[in-house]
Amino acid sequence: MTSHDHIAKGWTRDQMAARAAQELQDGYYVNLGIGIPTLVANHVPPEMTVTLQSENGVLGIGPFPTEDEIDADLVNAGKQTISELPHSAYFDSAASFAMIRGGHIDLTVLGAMEVAENGDIANWMVPGKMIKGMGGAMDLVAGVKQIIVVMEHCAKDGSPKFIPACTLPLTGRNVVDMVITDLAVFQRADHASPFKLIELAPGVTAEDLAAQTTAHYIT
Amino acid sequence: MAQKIYPSAAAALEGLLRNDLLIACGGFGLCGIPERLLDAVRDSGVSGLTFASNNAGIDNEGIGKLLRTKQVKKMISSYVGENKEFERQYLSGELEVEFSPQGTLAERMRAGGAGIPGFYTKTGVGTLVAEGKEVKAFGGPNGIEEDYILEAGIFADLALVKAWKADETGNVIFRKTARNFNVPAAHCGKVCVVEVEEIVTVGTFDPDCIHLPGVYVQRLVVGSPYDKKIEFRTTRTTDVG
Repeated sequence: MTSHDHIAKGWTRDQMAARAAQELQDGYYVNLGIGIPTLVANHVPPEMTVTLQSENGVLGIGPFPTEDEIDADLVNAGKQTISELPHSAYFDSAASFAMIRGGHIDLTVLGAMEVAENGDIANWMVPGKMIKGMGGAMDLVAGVKQIIVVMEHCAKDGSPKFIPACTLPLTGRNVVDMVITDLAVFQRADHASPFKLIELAPGVTAEDLAAQTTAHYIT
Repeated sequence: MAQKIYPSAAAALEGLLRNDLLIACGGFGLCGIPERLLDAVRDSGVSGLTFASNNAGIDNEGIGKLLRTKQVKKMISSYVGENKEFERQYLSGELEVEFSPQGTLAERMRAGGAGIPGFYTKTGVGTLVAEGKEVKAFGGPNGIEEDYILEAGIFADLALVKAWKADETGNVIFRKTARNFNVPAAHCGKVCVVEVEEIVTVGTFDPDCIHLPGVYVQRLVVGSPYDKKIEFRTTRTTDVG
């Protein structure tokens, strides 16, 4: 939470996750990334059946286990302990990524360091810093049907993250369908179209947004 | 019947280890890693090893133990965080790392095990991963012509695998998310050694429910008792939803 502003402007992390959850549909199979995207699981409408996939090899992720239920053989892609559901299914990593790369997963929500106006995404390495690796991020953006990025609108130093062209090494080229930030939501109809501003967060004006965005978007 | 069961991890690896091997290793983080076999590889003293493994263990766990003893020359991995000694060796140039996207790595193992030396994938197109690789346009599943890159199958000298149970002929089952890379790793090894929690008599498993048929498994060892490590212990309180 920031304290420099008396009037709440924009969305909190949890509100961004709730906004992403509005894109879910009944029957969807969904992969959630680490960080804000994980919070989307808390906002699945109760009347909806949404099955969460974890790329290490499970469909149907249950809530975190109780202390008694903890099982070292049952973790999510963030290596956190999880629980199973009555409809859960396990499979190996090759099968898991076959369902990701084969276009069988409906939606993924990911964090990003940069998104470009052409749909490029960078979220795996910063030159000069220790490279930890891309994990499954490149597979997800290449294979999942719908890619939603949830990220802070600006980096810690205030620089915009939705920009004309990525400066960091890419995770995927022309793959992002929707960008949800703490200030606004941008969406595009297809991978040949520009992003369109479809929603402003409470208290954010179009001028505020334009002043903090270098990417081209239509309104 | 050929005997596949060995009395110890060291015995199960006898005659298989030498310097400069390419070893495919199962596990995701610390979940489902072949810890007894990795200990035995460390104790053997062989060096110059290349590991195809999704992760590199953490400090002093899993492959992390072999990094400490400088037995590893190269890692083929998708994610190597949470490991200080790894970071030190990597930044100093002692350790070579080939980053392979997680799905590409799993498929490279699966393909190698299926006798497929290369395959095209959309993963990594337009990124650093594509550098130096052949790019080819295909119609693809949605009919639109798109670029794909050529990735190589992995043919490992040796596969190290951790499973839940095996029968005496080497049919294997895994438990929950500990299956992960263990299946594709097993497939791509010229020789595959599996450590299990329990060996059961033939006929115990329903043949419809075997995850890794015995044809892939040359040697077995019981590694119990296991004190399985957890990287991030996350819980909820009992009365919540």
